[in-house]
Amino acid sequence: MTRTSRLTPYLYVAPLVLLIAFVFGYPLVRIFEFSFKMVRGIDGPWIGFRNYQLVLGQDLFWESVLHNVQLLLAIPVMVIVSLLVAILLYERVAGWKLYRIIVFVPFVLAIPIIAVVMKRMFQFSGPVNEVLRWLSLDFMALDWIGSSDVALWTVMILIIWRESALGIILFLARMMSLDESVIEAAKLEGANWWQRARYIILPQMRGVIEFFVVVSTITMLSAVFAYVYVIGGGRGGPGTATVVVEFYIFNALIRTSLPGIASAASVMLFLVSVALIFPLFRARRRAAQDEATR
Amino acid sequence: MNKLLAALPKHAVLLFASFLALVPTIFMISTALKTEQEYAIDKLGFPSMPVLENFRAVLLDSPFLWWMLNSLILVAGAVVISTIVSCLAAYAIARMEFKGRNMLLAISTSLMAVPPIVMIVPLFVLYSRIGLISTYQGAILIYAGLITPFSVYLLTTFFRTVPNELFESARMDGANDFIILVKIVLPLSAPALVTLLVVNSLYVWNDLLIAIIFLQDDAKRTLMAGISVFQGRYNNQVPLTMAGMVIASAPMLILYISFQKYFIRGLMAGAVK
Repeated sequence: MTRTSRLTPYLYVAPLVLLIAFVFGYPLVRIFEFSFKMVRGIDGPWIGFRNYQLVLGQDLFWESVLHNVQLLLAIPVMVIVSLLVAILLYERVAGWKLYRIIVFVPFVLAIPIIAVVMKRMFQFSGPVNEVLRWLSLDFMALDWIGSSDVALWTVMILIIWRESALGIILFLARMMSLDESVIEAAKLEGANWWQRARYIILPQMRGVIEFFVVVSTITMLSAVFAYVYVIGGGRGGPGTATVVVEFYIFNALIRTSLPGIASAASVMLFLVSVALIFPLFRARRRAAQDEATR
Repeated sequence: MNKLLAALPKHAVLLFASFLALVPTIFMISTALKTEQEYAIDKLGFPSMPVLENFRAVLLDSPFLWWMLNSLILVAGAVVISTIVSCLAAYAIARMEFKGRNMLLAISTSLMAVPPIVMIVPLFVLYSRIGLISTYQGAILIYAGLITPFSVYLLTTFFRTVPNELFESARMDGANDFIILVKIVLPLSAPALVTLLVVNSLYVWNDLLIAIIFLQDDAKRTLMAGISVFQGRYNNQVPLTMAGMVIASAPMLILYISFQKYFIRGLMAGAVK
């Protein structure tokens, strides 16, 4: 019989420790260091809080923060759309399995691909406006991509369109785990569709809705780069209309070669995501408990 | 009949939702089959005389296939490295006693919530200095690192559900940890491994951020980065662009339709990490 030596576990976890130390550990230490330095090339002198002062004093930074915050408006829409479709699918109307496959398609397509397609559809002389004009809704035929007042809303439409598919599948999975006998009983008692949805299904969905909201918040604040990169033509355009914090960091690092500035913004984004880790874990635990105590 | 009538509004809503979900895909395919002239006159209708010229042009006159190959290399490299690293670590965390075990799992799990953009600045500066920009190995290492915390989390949860008796009896037969992992735990974990394969491959295949920053050389462009460049260059040739998008999305759509169960499970698991 071979006895596990005391060193064995460490041998097994060593590759993991090395990998995350390199990809996460090293950068997380360095962004704090860089954020207090004037980095030219690979290093530079300490300059205290000057990078932070520069970032916080820049209109573009605040504009990009505001854009991320504005994207949060998409979340309630996503929740309502997903709940509605999920409840309808849960009722198992004829062909619900086919509907389910179809409504999940948006989430299967990669963001850059779908952004390129949508960009063509929403062009000023594109098919979306053609349909709107045909419906005599000329006032709605906006310059979806080219106008700086509208472009971010177009990004939001695209995000709602894609991320709602995730909500539908998450919510549906949770509904499938509900106790059906209660719903059947309510049906027999004559509860109508709205009453069943409102008083029986919805109250049991709290955990998973909360979870979806937290996950989506993290997405809106820190994972929309691919959307804005394509819609904004790689420049956050038109003008600065679609610049988000991720793009601000990208710009500072790649276009203007100011790693110190990019690091100061990264540190702030990192702190925001750390603040979101706790609600995320709490929501995940609660959603898992709901699932377990069905 | 009554029942059918009652279900009508539900079908109306679901049909509308399905229509919205499919419209971009239909537009993409239909436009790809039109000539530039036809698209200029008719943007909405189906092609009257479908042409394949756009597909030919994309495949032969642009580096599309080359980009796909680059993406494939990155996916394979990152997924293989990450899977090996996380299987070993998850096995130790789930089945062995050692100091710092819980802390390691807690740290690794928290890293799932850190946005990738945060790690980019120092890695870019480092890579520029040691010449890893626009190399496969440099990008593979970053991708492998980014997908590993979730893999460790998922596998640890799964390995803990393997019944203890299996380990005991294997140990009686003189099997060491590595043999137990490879011969017993991994075959039992096939569902979790498939889910991981889907999640991780999609992450790397679909990523734009890392690809754009760390693979700037034209010869190393990935499919997603290539598309983002390509669309700007052919801004006015919509059918040609759409043919490119059809080719780019075809692998995912085909895999989705063939393995939708795994896909839905994998995408859900990946999205909620």
